[in-house]
Amino acid sequence: MRILVKGAGVAGLAAAHELAVRGAEVTVVDPRPDFSNAASWFAGGMLAPWCERESADEAVLQYGGGAADWWAVALPGEVHRKGTLVVAPPRDVSELKRFAARTSGHEWLGEEEIAALEPALAGRFRLALFFPREAHLDPRRVLKALRDKLTAAGVRLVEEAQSEGAFDRILDCTGAARIADLGGLRGVRGEMLYLRSAEIELVRPVRLLHPRIPVYIVPRGDGLFMVGATMIEADNDGPITARSLMELLNAAYTLHPAFAEATVAETGTGVRPAFADNFPRVVTAGRTIAINGLYRHGFLLAPAMAREAAEAVFAEQPKERNFP
Amino acid sequence: MLELYGTTISSRLLLGTARYPSPAVLAEAIRRSETRIVTVSLRRETASGKTGGVFFEMIRDLGVRVLPNTAGCHSVSEAVLTAKMAREVFATNWIKLEVIGHHDTLQPDVFSLVEAARILTAEGFEVFPYTTDDLVVAEKLLEAGCKVLMPWCAPIGSAAGPLNLTALRTLRGHFPDVPLIVDAGIGRPSHAATVMELGYDAVLLNTAVAGASDPAAMAGAFARAVEAGHEAYHAGMLEPRDMAVPSTPVIGKAVFA
Repeated sequence: MRILVKGAGVAGLAAAHELAVRGAEVTVVDPRPDFSNAASWFAGGMLAPWCERESADEAVLQYGGGAADWWAVALPGEVHRKGTLVVAPPRDVSELKRFAARTSGHEWLGEEEIAALEPALAGRFRLALFFPREAHLDPRRVLKALRDKLTAAGVRLVEEAQSEGAFDRILDCTGAARIADLGGLRGVRGEMLYLRSAEIELVRPVRLLHPRIPVYIVPRGDGLFMVGATMIEADNDGPITARSLMELLNAAYTLHPAFAEATVAETGTGVRPAFADNFPRVVTAGRTIAINGLYRHGFLLAPAMAREAAEAVFAEQPKERNFP
Repeated sequence: MLELYGTTISSRLLLGTARYPSPAVLAEAIRRSETRIVTVSLRRETASGKTGGVFFEMIRDLGVRVLPNTAGCHSVSEAVLTAKMAREVFATNWIKLEVIGHHDTLQPDVFSLVEAARILTAEGFEVFPYTTDDLVVAEKLLEAGCKVLMPWCAPIGSAAGPLNLTALRTLRGHFPDVPLIVDAGIGRPSHAATVMELGYDAVLLNTAVAGASDPAAMAGAFARAVEAGHEAYHAGMLEPRDMAVPSTPVIGKAVFA
């Protein structure tokens, strides 16, 4: 079985992995193999289905619950199972209660327990929610590691467009490139930034609730922190706006004043492809199977979608043989 | 029937479109609310997208009237520019005018609001000003050419419900013929019913529906509360009394004890 995977973002690479594991001969094509076109390059990398349940359907738990295990098996050592900490400034404690009412798999923490988990936040928050089963990874490390693993396993990675006739099936994982062309797919702009500070140490992703501007900060190690992310109904991937930058920095500063002394290492913007229900799907059209609409759940839901697509590819194979 | 700038509207509930879990949930909430007008905030990033905005196409396809707003604008020039962009994107002269004066409470800057209303009215816009419950500001807005007023009943998104019934009654009493729409601050259906019982013409909601656990069901609940408040206002309600009045006469009743 020869398969062409179009797009080397998280969806394409996860699908290529699932197919290669099942013994397919896989070629991955992407004109920008440095991931500069991929929304996943700008992702938070939180494997946090319990937190995401706050605004997503129950399906996010059902499909995302196994994501941490999938990544841990695919790339041993890359998944950090440290949970998620959710905090709110004293004024917005009602937001914390609202968050708790809509989610499960959490426990309430008091001041001392917060300090025990994240010493840098000692004395800053009286109340927090802790989601112990959640995990995180570094999207950029993971994308590169997965690419290298696939190459080592014999998957071809190419930049030039391929003749589709030479393949049995095409797996379209081109994400935002299909906006307005794949039924109802739209773009949701996300802006993020990287801060560098030697003064703060965090172990796990911390979400700061705010009635208008909720943000998260994910530690990447070596004093690097990813701060994200805005959610704007637009497919414009132009540079971050001053307002978004100000809001993200404000939130980081609220979490810890030492972030005021951090340096801004990078700002970035990505367009997340999303369907009307903000849930991804596998769409089959002839020989082509598309995985799209991963929205803000790339690393969380790509494994389940990749598995679904791989199953679709292999389930239909005997049929093709019987009816040539 | 509610009439806004010469257009007859069959529903007295207006719905904002921000912060729903997904556009699919938003569409269902709009359907259940039976609203005929939705507000949409336009950000510059949105207007400069590559495909002209699938999200806006979705909203246009819902078959409801769009009232674009200038949410997040902090100055007259910003609000005027956003209003002009919105007119192009949505092909309507209607504009919900917001000029924010305070970043944290999102309290309107009423001075800039009046100025922006004057400029936009002169440019042919039909302005729906988001204002406080201040009577004098309301007068200035009408002088500036507004034919609808949208006072808050509490700060945006606070869900606090009507904080100053006296001020709301004063506005109603002074402007019996101006459509008054309570915009901002409503948290639950009883709040909506309360302001409708004061004789307000309509209610605009966003967070109270978008932030509910089941936005579509909450939209339906609000639709009924708004309708109930409106009917009650016209049906003539009792005023509270200090004594008990039985609903059946006591005189002539057999006494057993």
